[in-house]
Amino acid sequence: MAAENLSAQDPSDEVALPKPGNPFTWLFHPFGARAIRINGNLGAIAIFFFRAFILIFNPKQFSAIIQQIYFIGAKSAQIVMLVGFFTGMVLGLQLYHVLVKFGSVGVLGTAVALSLIREMGPVLTAIMITARAGSAMTAEIGIQRISEQIDALSTMRIDPVGFLISPRIAAAVISFPILTTLFDWIGILGGWVSGCLLLGVNSGAYYYRVVSATELSDITGGLIKSLVFGLLVVTICCFQGFYTHMRTDSYGARSVSLSTTSAVVLSCVMILISDYVVTTFIL
Amino acid sequence: MEKQPIIEFRGVTKRFDVRTILDKVDFQIYEGEVTTLIGLSGTGKSVTLKHIIGLLKPDEGQILYRGKPIDQMTKKEWNAYIGQISYMFQNNALFDSMTIVENVSLPLRQTTRLGKKEIAKKAMAAIEQTELTEVFDKYPSELSGGMQKRAALARALVTDPSIVLFDEPTTGQDPIRKNAILGMVAEYQNRFGFTALLISHEIPDVYFISNRILALYGKKIVFQGTPDEFEEFEHPFREEILTSLESLQEDITGLYSKRHFKVRYQTDLSKRQPDAMYAVAAFAVDDLDTIIEHMGHDAAQEIIRALGSYINKHFGAVGGFSSRQTINEYATVLPYSDLDEAERIMADFKRDFREHGLPDLKSLQKGEKPDEDHFEFSILAGLAQGKPQIEIESVMEFARFNQTPIARFQCERGGKTQ
Repeated sequence: MAAENLSAQDPSDEVALPKPGNPFTWLFHPFGARAIRINGNLGAIAIFFFRAFILIFNPKQFSAIIQQIYFIGAKSAQIVMLVGFFTGMVLGLQLYHVLVKFGSVGVLGTAVALSLIREMGPVLTAIMITARAGSAMTAEIGIQRISEQIDALSTMRIDPVGFLISPRIAAAVISFPILTTLFDWIGILGGWVSGCLLLGVNSGAYYYRVVSATELSDITGGLIKSLVFGLLVVTICCFQGFYTHMRTDSYGARSVSLSTTSAVVLSCVMILISDYVVTTFIL
Repeated sequence: MEKQPIIEFRGVTKRFDVRTILDKVDFQIYEGEVTTLIGLSGTGKSVTLKHIIGLLKPDEGQILYRGKPIDQMTKKEWNAYIGQISYMFQNNALFDSMTIVENVSLPLRQTTRLGKKEIAKKAMAAIEQTELTEVFDKYPSELSGGMQKRAALARALVTDPSIVLFDEPTTGQDPIRKNAILGMVAEYQNRFGFTALLISHEIPDVYFISNRILALYGKKIVFQGTPDEFEEFEHPFREEILTSLESLQEDITGLYSKRHFKVRYQTDLSKRQPDAMYAVAAFAVDDLDTIIEHMGHDAAQEIIRALGSYINKHFGAVGGFSSRQTINEYATVLPYSDLDEAERIMADFKRDFREHGLPDLKSLQKGEKPDEDHFEFSILAGLAQGKPQIEIESVMEFARFNQTPIARFQCERGGKTQ
């Protein structure tokens, strides 16, 4: 039943205040309450993600997934390319001035390519998509929640998680690695523009170093990161919008705006934290 | 054999934090009937409806569907139960990023295995029935409030539900549109035979389409019964809600509510001599279904309203008082006129009404068959003479029996002739 699902995932369950008398209880209560709330939220978000993931595998989802790929992927491509190009240019510029001190400008291609493919590509792409598509997802789903459109889905026997969240998760799984790859390519091109065209590094040496230094594990590592970031970003953003009505600090339009802010901030923080964790595993 | 309710609330209590919204609420809804839930704003009417559809769960008590508690249903039983219910939200809850036809076809696309053509056919049929054909490809934000309401109604009816829950379907509508929506609910309920539960403040208009009334007051159901029984209901609820709503309605239309009509009848005529005479006139818009079919619900309501307003203006001037009795019927008491005088007044009314009584029919024509060559409808009126000791109902019945057409309108394509 819809109501059961909602109540099971209520992320804002308040923890009862302790009875007065014991000062230790009073001292630790805020920490304990917060820990319990965070634990509850983590459980709720995990259930939310797994339900949405399972519901991807439904033939009716196909056209919705294509639409979301267009929104998350195709419409983010321009901004990702722009940011990728200038990130590559800055990397080329900075690394040139470092490497020139050691007389190693020949390895500029290696430095630019590995920085982008291993770290900067996945992280910056995820942050850019969070800013462009993630915030829009939270706002859209949040508005659908407060205007009872999500309740309307439940009354029509349409699972709101399957209808609204699953296509976005599927689209993220497909779009994030593709956009990251695009970012890497354009970034390497940017590095060539600043390093070779503007600062005079040999183009052949640059591309030779890019190709020879990059191993398959670097590429797969970057793509695994982008996949993890994609799942995190979309789950966090959708979760914040889906449960915007359960915020205790605000209501209505304000709760949507606060949920959007929370979604973006939390997504960016989680991208960086998970980047460290995933890097530890793949190195 | 006692009728078994299709839905039953047994001791349902609902609290939000420490606030109790429903306190041991008991009521029954019967199959094939229109049941109206009335009550003050913020007293838990929508909460009650949301319990039926499973959007909320009771803290105590049970909700039964055909005798089976819904919280004990298996997933299959629950799906079967919820699959036959449609819910029309107070704020419509249309998807603003979808066009009207996409909104209406959404439940079919997502929950059935029908082909694209069949879905489109069904959705367009629902759109035509709700008179939205011209705006089927528009987005909800491009439509007026009334059109959005009708789109929500089309979406609620497209799955052929057997139970439809209407959460204040007339909110934010003008008086004509309010009655048109109520008329639409009544018509579809007649046509498709679903069980309807609606929340409405449209008193007394909602009485005309309801089989049963539920009154929610002080967190409890304080009345459940027929509209006629409700007329006699004595409770603080009446003082707080009904009197104010009825007075408002009287201020707007000039017509009395059925209850005030009776009170006025009794107070005026109890003071009279037993052999004093008075006259009662019964009016009706005949062929209402034909009017709806050709001109739509809005036009039908406008004609009914125009008749009411004209009756009130004409007979009020000679000391009469009038009330709407059913969806298409009015009654007027002329307390100081005998039958002869009443006939003279009626002859004047007839002449005036034929000439000026109805709005321009051409501007109203929006129904399902607007291109047919012509159609006709009549206004009926009948007179009867009464005495103070006779019950008003029997005099009115006699007046109905005497009804003859006083005006016949032939509506041709592009205009009206009489």
